[in-house]
Amino acid sequence: MTDSWSVAGRTFTSRLIVGTGKYKDFEQNAAAVEASGAEIVTVAVRRVNVSDPTAPMLTDFIDPRKITYLPNTAGCFNADDAIRTLRLAREAGGWDLVKLEVLGEAKTLYPNMRETLEATEVLAKEGFLPMVYCVDDPIAAKQLEDAGAVAIMPLGAPIGSGLGIQNRVTIRLIVEGASVPVLVDAGVGTASDAAVAMELGCDGVLMNTAIAEAKDPIRMARAMRQAVEAGRDAYLAGRMGLRRYADPSSPLAGLI
Amino acid sequence: MISVILNGEPRQVREGSIADLVASLGLDVKKVAVERNRAIVPRSTLADVALVEGDALEIVHFVGGGC
Repeated sequence: MTDSWSVAGRTFTSRLIVGTGKYKDFEQNAAAVEASGAEIVTVAVRRVNVSDPTAPMLTDFIDPRKITYLPNTAGCFNADDAIRTLRLAREAGGWDLVKLEVLGEAKTLYPNMRETLEATEVLAKEGFLPMVYCVDDPIAAKQLEDAGAVAIMPLGAPIGSGLGIQNRVTIRLIVEGASVPVLVDAGVGTASDAAVAMELGCDGVLMNTAIAEAKDPIRMARAMRQAVEAGRDAYLAGRMGLRRYADPSSPLAGLI
Repeated sequence: MISVILNGEPRQVREGSIADLVASLGLDVKKVAVERNRAIVPRSTLADVALVEGDALEIVHFVGGGC
């Protein structure tokens, strides 16, 4: 049985979304995407280098006709810049499914939720389908959904920290309350973190640094694919209850 | 020649359309997006929009990026 998920009417089989930053080169990046099984990659929008227009481009290595490009607004610290960036992204690639993030400060890269909400409303009115990076706050998640977010993307820990899911309770509450997909965005450090996100019932996980900064990024990409699949399976299987004390697995009857 | 601000830097460019400028920079028009004075210039109209002295232009494309 194929397990799939949908966001804004688009259906995907892989629940892993990977970034395309921090890799040694485009070849390694493309190989990691392949190993991860991801069907969506996040990309950034930046000024072209007008002094070297022949520099290789991401699109030469990761084919946008095969892999869905999800333009992001990484690096934007207010709603205006984020909206401008995504308007340019839509013009450059023609994609209306986008990832919005409006950052609050450089040190933590925590989102500025006031600006994030404002940008979500404007983008939704302009016909964008914003998947939105946010704090792990179930109330903020509801507000984003009301504002037009097509997916809620709470942080598990600060971007690029690799600290893993810090608050399982709030992630679970967001999942339970949302009627749009929930994907943990940021904070995953290793495979078990991705599995935890999926075991909490998330629809998917987005990561970049955990793969790109692994000693062997391609092997880690494969590990993440397996972890996301294992976590999803465990969630669907329904885990056993927790007990405070031991409970023997072998029958007590017939003991010698 | 006229003066414009191209990707934040002052630059002397030949008079003509935005499409002419993009081509003269050696860029593939299909892979970039252009903003002129903070408004998107649709790709289909790049050849119809003439550069004006003092225009602020942003030419962007997709690069690797994560969260």
